[in-house]
Amino acid sequence: MTLSGWVVMIVSVGAVTGLLAWCIYRVLKEPEAPERLHAPDEIDTHDQE
Amino acid sequence: MNQPKERWSTRIGVILAVTGSAVGLGNFLRFPGKAAQYEGGAFMIPYFIALLLLGLPIAWAEWVMGRYGGVRGHNSLPGIFRVVWRSRFSPYLGVLGLVIPVAIYMYYVYIEAWCLGYAWKFATGQMAMGTDKTRYAEFFTRFVGLQQHGAAFDFSSISFLDSSLFFMMICFLLNFVIIYRGLSRGIELFCKWAMPALILCALIVLIRVLTLGTPDPSKPDQNVLNGLGFMWNLGWGGKTLWQSLGDAQMWLEAAGQIFFSLSVGFGIISCYASYLKPDDDIALSSLTAVAGNEFCEVALGGLISVPAAFVFLGAAGVMEATRSTFNLGFMTLPMIFNTMPLGQFVGAIFFFLLFLAALTSSISMLQPAIALLEEGLGLGRRASVSVLGFVTACGTAFVVYFSKDAVALDTFDFWVGSVCIYVLATIQVILFGWVIGVERGHKEIQRGAEIRIPRVFLYIIRYVSPVYLLVVFAIWLYQTAGQYVRRVGTEPAVAMSVGFLLLMFVFFLMITAQSVRRWNRSHPLKKEESGL
Repeated sequence: MTLSGWVVMIVSVGAVTGLLAWCIYRVLKEPEAPERLHAPDEIDTHDQE
Repeated sequence: MNQPKERWSTRIGVILAVTGSAVGLGNFLRFPGKAAQYEGGAFMIPYFIALLLLGLPIAWAEWVMGRYGGVRGHNSLPGIFRVVWRSRFSPYLGVLGLVIPVAIYMYYVYIEAWCLGYAWKFATGQMAMGTDKTRYAEFFTRFVGLQQHGAAFDFSSISFLDSSLFFMMICFLLNFVIIYRGLSRGIELFCKWAMPALILCALIVLIRVLTLGTPDPSKPDQNVLNGLGFMWNLGWGGKTLWQSLGDAQMWLEAAGQIFFSLSVGFGIISCYASYLKPDDDIALSSLTAVAGNEFCEVALGGLISVPAAFVFLGAAGVMEATRSTFNLGFMTLPMIFNTMPLGQFVGAIFFFLLFLAALTSSISMLQPAIALLEEGLGLGRRASVSVLGFVTACGTAFVVYFSKDAVALDTFDFWVGSVCIYVLATIQVILFGWVIGVERGHKEIQRGAEIRIPRVFLYIIRYVSPVYLLVVFAIWLYQTAGQYVRRVGTEPAVAMSVGFLLLMFVFFLMITAQSVRRWNRSHPLKKEESGL
């Protein structure tokens, strides 16, 4: 294994592992979005019947 | 469309479901094979460039269109396209988002069965066949039925309980039980334990591979460190880095690997994203799913298959093994596992991880069609699962029967698993970049976003991704399409496979037409609902 091989492996594996760890940290840190009601797409008010 | 909508119950659930959909056999077999063939380290440069210019932008585009369609009551791609682009033709473009996953499911569930079968046979000691690779090749040929059409249905030389058909029936049943349970109680619940289990299995195999040392003292060069070097070194083939980067074929293969690995262009991501709430984040969720797939591919897949194969076979053996994914996965690696200490256990774990990877992908392939049958025809869950079960059972039986040289599987994979995917991805990226546009696209992607997407990505989606995609598609088509087109005229099994696919296309076209009529009656598009 050459020095360049070590560099490529560490950068590649480190980059994807670091990105995943950061993303999971951010996902778990933030609370879930609250449900908001958007009429008329989700509520049938029957107002045209 | 006013029925109570299914939803993901947790945010981590949808991320794991999308990641599970993307992580498949390609992460552990195809990626290391391609990287090894194109000089490992050098391959990673076009690979990461394709991730930034192709994979990530298309994934974001799919998530945006999916959530937008879902908020307006649509979960299937024809419905989503209908509200994104107000045109009478747009729902019919979305038919590809049904044909692709369903057709791929028809052969993917068979490959999934091979993985389950191999895991079971390793666990019970039936795979102990020594170090002669021809025995593994013969076993694979007999197990899959490659010797002649209908061989997989012939139980004269193999018992039914040992056959691939038996394992296929288990996989088929498992898929439909999960799908029948619904989105949150089925797909989400399953992915929540399957994905961590998959990563745990991969870590066990990885530790075994990295601790192999030099198993044969008479061949000191064949050690783990040199195996890693074979995978990651720059320019081991006597080429400089710049000479390697001048290989156009490597750029093509890297783009194709990213494209297929992330499962973009299947229509699945849009379908999954359509079950999000209106203000749910998609920017970070999408990035997390992409990162999860890349972790499985680069950090796990990139450290397992090729170094293990190098340690036992040397450089020439790896080059021969990595020419075909099936050769590497189902002939070479089983032999290698039987050669290493604790091989029976490691083999069982490895093929179980492949099975989990395949299962989390195959269930995602069923959801888009279920969504259309439910929202388009108004069918209940039981009826829609029954209809799709019948259609996919016919298709899978077709693939299993025409098994000589895996001709039906290969034909389905080329025309649907490659050509149609490129076409659908191009449609999606053009819809996002040119119909939705940069400004409105940016507004939509930032709604509820927990990270800020740089605007440059929106220009990449508009200008770079379509060109990149079309160039890669055109070159790939030029290189491979000729032989497949010729085979349609010369091989009856190939012609029948193409005919079957056309029949399926017509079937989904008719369902979409009926759905559009129904939508237009019950929920005509208002002007403000079109576009974004």
